[in-house]
Amino acid sequence: MSAASRAEAPAFVATTKAGRITDFVDARVGGSGILREFGRKVFPDHWSFMFGEVALYSFVILLLSGTFLTFFFDPSMAETHYAGSYLPMKNVEMSVAYSSSLNISFDIRGGLFMRQVHHWAALLFVASIGVHMLRVFFTGAFRKPREMNWVVGSVLLILAMAAGFTGYSLPDDLLSGNGLRIIDGVIKSIPVVGTYISFFLFGGEFPGTAVIGRLYTLHILLVPALILLMIVLHLFMVVVHKHTQYPGPGRNDGNVVGYPLGPVYAAKAGGFFFIVFGVIALMAAFFTINPIWNYGPYDPSPVSAGTQPDWYIGFVDGALRLMPGVIGNFHFEYVIFGHTLTLNVLLPALVPAGILFTVMFMYPWIESWVTKDTREHHVLDRPRNAPTRTAIGVAGFVWYCVMWAAAGSDLIATNFHVSLNDVTYWLRTLFFVGPIIAFIVAKRVALALQRKDREIALHGRETGRIVRLPHGEFIEVHAPLDEYKRYKLVGFESPAPLPAVPNDHGVVTRKEKRRAFLSRWFFEDRVAPATPAELEAAHGHHGPAVEAAEESKSLSH
Amino acid sequence: MGNHSDGSPNHSGTVATAGQNEVEKFQDPGIPPHRLRLADTDPKAAKRAERQVALLFGVSVVGTLIFLVAYFAIDLGADTSIATIRLQNALLGLGTAFAMLGIGTGIVHWAKALMPDHEVSEERHPIRTEEDRLAAVRIVDDIVEETGIKRRPLIRNTLLGAVALAPLPAIAVFGDLGPRPDQTLAHTMWAPQDGKLKRLTRDPDGTPIKAADVTIGSAFHVIPEGLNELPEGKLNAKAKAVVLLMRLDPASLNPSKGREDWSYNGIVAYSKICTHVGCPVALYEQQTHHLLCPCHQSTFDLTNECKVIFGPASRPLPQLPIAVDAEGYLVATSDFNEPVGPSYWERDEHERSIKS
Amino acid sequence: MKALSQKRRHPLAVIALLLMGLLVTGGLYAVATTVNQAKASTTSYSANDSAEGKKLFQANCATCHGMGAGGTKDAPSLVGVGAAAVDFQVGTGRMPMQMNGPQAAEKPAQFNDQQTQQLSAYVASLGAGPAVPEAGLLDEKGDAAKGGELFRVNCAMCHNAAAAGGALTRGKFAPALAGVSGQHIYEAMVSGPQNMPVFSDTNVSPEGKRDIITFLKQIESNGSPGGADLGSLGPVSEGLFVWIAGLGVIIAFTIWLTSRTS
Repeated sequence: MSAASRAEAPAFVATTKAGRITDFVDARVGGSGILREFGRKVFPDHWSFMFGEVALYSFVILLLSGTFLTFFFDPSMAETHYAGSYLPMKNVEMSVAYSSSLNISFDIRGGLFMRQVHHWAALLFVASIGVHMLRVFFTGAFRKPREMNWVVGSVLLILAMAAGFTGYSLPDDLLSGNGLRIIDGVIKSIPVVGTYISFFLFGGEFPGTAVIGRLYTLHILLVPALILLMIVLHLFMVVVHKHTQYPGPGRNDGNVVGYPLGPVYAAKAGGFFFIVFGVIALMAAFFTINPIWNYGPYDPSPVSAGTQPDWYIGFVDGALRLMPGVIGNFHFEYVIFGHTLTLNVLLPALVPAGILFTVMFMYPWIESWVTKDTREHHVLDRPRNAPTRTAIGVAGFVWYCVMWAAAGSDLIATNFHVSLNDVTYWLRTLFFVGPIIAFIVAKRVALALQRKDREIALHGRETGRIVRLPHGEFIEVHAPLDEYKRYKLVGFESPAPLPAVPNDHGVVTRKEKRRAFLSRWFFEDRVAPATPAELEAAHGHHGPAVEAAEESKSLSH
Repeated sequence: MGNHSDGSPNHSGTVATAGQNEVEKFQDPGIPPHRLRLADTDPKAAKRAERQVALLFGVSVVGTLIFLVAYFAIDLGADTSIATIRLQNALLGLGTAFAMLGIGTGIVHWAKALMPDHEVSEERHPIRTEEDRLAAVRIVDDIVEETGIKRRPLIRNTLLGAVALAPLPAIAVFGDLGPRPDQTLAHTMWAPQDGKLKRLTRDPDGTPIKAADVTIGSAFHVIPEGLNELPEGKLNAKAKAVVLLMRLDPASLNPSKGREDWSYNGIVAYSKICTHVGCPVALYEQQTHHLLCPCHQSTFDLTNECKVIFGPASRPLPQLPIAVDAEGYLVATSDFNEPVGPSYWERDEHERSIKS
Repeated sequence: MKALSQKRRHPLAVIALLLMGLLVTGGLYAVATTVNQAKASTTSYSANDSAEGKKLFQANCATCHGMGAGGTKDAPSLVGVGAAAVDFQVGTGRMPMQMNGPQAAEKPAQFNDQQTQQLSAYVASLGAGPAVPEAGLLDEKGDAAKGGELFRVNCAMCHNAAAAGGALTRGKFAPALAGVSGQHIYEAMVSGPQNMPVFSDTNVSPEGKRDIITFLKQIESNGSPGGADLGSLGPVSEGLFVWIAGLGVIIAFTIWLTSRTS
């Protein structure tokens, strides 16, 4: 196309002022094209799909409230005497960081509100990421093509925890100072380089005068920038993949059913931002969080009962508590080649978290290796329809929760009037036994729910209407399902175990045997979806009333 | 459930075993027919929904006003009571919550009640088409060819070497983040200075403690003499030097060989820094003679030289050898005989150098 | 130095020393008792109190503590524990003990104020010990900031920085201090009930104790500036709250948001 012919094309002329501005921008950035592509993009609607949004919106609220806080916070560890208006701290020696945090709380209008919004939003941020990941896991949304996005999400979880921890330490109060002290102890337990890392982090000995400033830089610059980058990647991939959807009539791997972005979905998602903000504001209005004025300035001598980290670091703290330092005469700290190896700190600090995060990152590949499933999945599994995966997830979650509970062992002891030591013994046992029980129970529950689905699909749902038959027997009438509801219960895959397959040389490798073993373990207990033939049989053999009578009989057993 | 197939795995005919995947399945009936809402059919209902949405937006306006009033009407100063701060915080939060929830619920209600609610189906397209892949391969091949990187291994290898080395300065530049640890962790302020033994003084005011002041059953939180007067590094010194001082019946102490004279009349001093990860082990149970760390519940037995009897710590708390000076004040006869606090890689080395 | 120690070994010197020691301790004791009397001026006990107290003691306490309060294998001797200990233990209902357990639990007091005073008088008459504090130390007009500092160093590790209580080993615990009277707090500090260490006047001065009580009462009456304090239990209750209430409300909104309007 030559310049002349381009000039000849009839140009659109906007008539209103707003139209002219829009046209100006559009002509320069190509907004029309973007709108054409995305304006009516379809999003499936389900409440469990909203947790990612909760996390995103919490993050936006964190950026907003955090910016306000930076205007008043001073991350200096220089000594000062408190001169603000909170009387129980009058003239107490403290760091400038703690003093400015108190000033934000007591002398700046809305400062306390902003602090509480920021901290509640931070807790909600990590919690919603956690729930979002659980949803993704239990519905199998991590499967091809979304494995990489699962990894990006896992990185986001770790970054969120890092953001939370660096922020938790900033006020330089007694609680967070003891938190840093614990971190210092854990770092020092690292073989060879631990002492050096500790000295580098704190700019010398603990606590030094550098660490708050350094954590501040990480907290307001590096970590949020990384989170932002990862969010962009995460959302980009969501656009590429389009959203998953739950199984149901009209839904399959080749389509996406839901509401168009404009107007319905955009309105709901946009409105939801304000709702999340409103809920956080309510919490900040009426519920205290991190009352730093109670804890006092950091000083290495005092400590408060109930010293705990924020909830997302709790599982590591809990693991530290559960680990015995001495069993019988065996000390977990010993000298090896003239150097001190302190496994009683190193093992609980690194191993459980290491296992959790490694399995989390690898899980999409582990499962696809076992199942040899390399197809794309856009329709989700209902958790009951993948019993083994659900059981694995529940077992992992229970394991996490045992460690999490251990972080509050002292509060469990005081609130339920039991012995602190007994709580620890019980949780130590549950650390090993809990996941196993959870696996078995979750799997049985999932299978039972599947059988229930079969029953309903074949024999209809219970109406609650009791009818007396002419010969005196009482039955409950079952109402048959319409085909849409039934399809929801029967429209799922139930893969069978895949036996070992010889490779190109006709040899069944040991790895393949292991895979086949795992595949059997994964799929052997299964309930197949009801088939039309079975439905036919169910209705063919008996009339509906008699059928219902049989149902009630079996119920009364 | 009688003779119905109940779907149990060992019930024949209900489970598709391996190779039997071709069992007839239910056909997808398609998207259920659209059901009209009240507001779609009844103009009154639509009007009502419209008014509800407007009302919610109105609530938001009220919320904003509450916030502004609470902000400007309540000023904070030196004589503000906690109740006033609490009131302002509650009003600011309530205002924000109304303002936000009003907008949010209003928009959502609008979308749910008045905007079209037809479910739409959209085709998914392959994330990558074979055509695109071939085109991309061609482009990459062309680019590689044009750079000539395959034909010129010298360029490639030197570039790889340069790129591999270039980040090193970026790592090295952090070398001054902190000093080398050296022996700093091995020593505390308790070491006698110029031959003068350090007195045990009360935390936080630094009053020296007389042996006679320490009655049976009492616990003193102790810092070394002169700590409060340190011009700098006070907290660093305190983080290693804090000590808990207790008095028991001398008969209940069981000192090991060489440590008999580390206590005075049943008065013992132990490092308050936990050997686990460094929390202050400050909880003293005067009847059981147990010391408990509130962070991870390591429990130490005072009558047995603070051996670990429960919890994650593995090493006893270091004991500070004490005596009484001419004026009756408690003094430390030497520094700790081992590094205090959490273990670290060089700890054993340091302990040996202290003891030699 | 050497000369002095040689002289000390002289038999006469021993007697002289003994005499001097007796004089000093006697003098100190006299001073101490007058100090105690001065402090106990608000609650001076009459001989009648003591006699009534003895009757109450023998009826209610002697089973465990012995007829002369000399202690048995079940309970310690009360000689020399002082009136403060009795007023605390009986006044908070901890004694008489309901049942054997890791520690005596607080419960409604079994004796009225007068009976408690009579018991205190009786036990105080058995041997000198910390007395019930005078009213001036309980006026809650001390320096709250200093009290806060002392509280954090000496008390917060068991009782929690916000005085919400905490766990000890094997079922024992440090109770929450909200609602405990200044007098009982003071008495607990000087007498060291159960596993609590003793904070004698040489450890935390009477003025320091007054500051601590001032601090505790001030934070108790202030309440939390940020709204409900969730038990002042720290991050655990905050985490539970955000998971249960915070996420709960948000899930309710998501269900409403994605449900179909009728």
